[in-house]
Amino acid sequence: MGWMTLLPPLSGIWFAFAELLEQTAFWEAFAMTARTFGIGLGLSILVGIPVGVLMGISTRADKILSIWVNLFISAPITAVIPALMPIFGIADATVIATVILFSIWVVIIDTQAGITHVKDSLVEMGRNFGCSRWKIIIWIVIPAALPEIITGVRLSVVRAVKGVIVGQIVIALIGFGGLFNTYLSYFLMERFWALIIVVFVMSFTIIGLVELLERRIAFYARTR
Amino acid sequence: MDDIILKTEDVGVIYDRSIVALENVSLNVPTGKLTAILGPSGCGKTTLLKVIAGLIEPSSGTVKIRDKETIGPGPDRALVFQDFALLPWATVLQNVAFGLRAQGVSKREREKTSLTYIKEVGLSGFEDKYPHQLSGGMRQRTGLARALTVNSEILLMDEPFSAVDEQMRRKLQEDLLELLKIENKTVIFVTHSIEEAVYLADQVVILSGRPGSIAEIVYPEIDRLGEIDLIRRQPRYVELVDEIWSSLKSYVE
Repeated sequence: MGWMTLLPPLSGIWFAFAELLEQTAFWEAFAMTARTFGIGLGLSILVGIPVGVLMGISTRADKILSIWVNLFISAPITAVIPALMPIFGIADATVIATVILFSIWVVIIDTQAGITHVKDSLVEMGRNFGCSRWKIIIWIVIPAALPEIITGVRLSVVRAVKGVIVGQIVIALIGFGGLFNTYLSYFLMERFWALIIVVFVMSFTIIGLVELLERRIAFYARTR
Repeated sequence: MDDIILKTEDVGVIYDRSIVALENVSLNVPTGKLTAILGPSGCGKTTLLKVIAGLIEPSSGTVKIRDKETIGPGPDRALVFQDFALLPWATVLQNVAFGLRAQGVSKREREKTSLTYIKEVGLSGFEDKYPHQLSGGMRQRTGLARALTVNSEILLMDEPFSAVDEQMRRKLQEDLLELLKIENKTVIFVTHSIEEAVYLADQVVILSGRPGSIAEIVYPEIDRLGEIDLIRRQPRYVELVDEIWSSLKSYVE
């Protein structure tokens, strides 16, 4: 077995890529990846932003939650995945849980940072004109923190991409993880690399889209 | 004696249980006049303004409007901020209309009112610009227009012109005096500039620092009915600036 087996020429990878696109197994894995990624990231954002807002406006919530958030953001989540399997089963739910554990913390932390850095004068302005606490949060505080929130979302997308792939690889039986595992065990290196390229292109595309969104909002971050 | 619209009675503010920011501040604000609160940095003048605005609850004493005690902010007092406090994602028109929006005024109605005041502060043509596209002076005009739309009797200004350059500041001061000839407002104005206080105010309240308390009240009695650019040449103006400086000197380290 030589280098050619492990690092096949690009032309070979290209053919393997074409083959890959014809396989139902690939499309099933793709659909599963897209689904778990979407649900996991969606939940991270939907839960992460309100939690971050809460921690930003309430010192009590911050005191209770910040230890956990800071613990999990730096913890090696990969090590936890085997523990998730018996809880959620070898199916979508484990991968979704992995995606959430990878991606939610950065949303929370960035949202909180955005909220706490909103200028006092903007809040005082809202109070001065008779806004309720709720209106101040919706009309002033959240929009003012939007650049940081979007940064958090972008970083969480990056982490969710890692989470969805790492989760599948650790489980090694489902989705792209299952395919990686099969290709490696049978030395189908062209397909293995073709799949790696697919994963890379997917991540870049998704992250590129979020950056585009971020740029549309960043214009007002300068004047705060 | 003038009609008193607002008064503070023995107002004291204590931060963190031990830092006394204000002590025994009793102040009468005459209706339709411009009162300047003057003092060195850290003397508590902004704190006093925020107490009057209802944004800071005093540790002792009360704020009364027309002899009725007030707690919290109210539609009778509109604030103009030192850092403008504009929403960066909103246009001039949306920013100016914010106060009315908070009051639940319909979109058509509030835009109509806002456009009137945008014109009055000299911002016509900039309605659809965003704050970052405006100069400091124009941003403060936006903040002023926003405070005017809600039509409150009392206008509170927290060092409104300190974040703009000297030329722009003079222009804004002149424009404010012109504006007050049309709008019948009571203005309470915080500043660290003696010239600004004497130039604009009917009553100059000098605060001494740490703890902030009223050291002296001066009534400039400057004739502002004529040409406003001549105010700075009046002997009375020059005298007063000197006089206030010599009494303030002792409070500045």
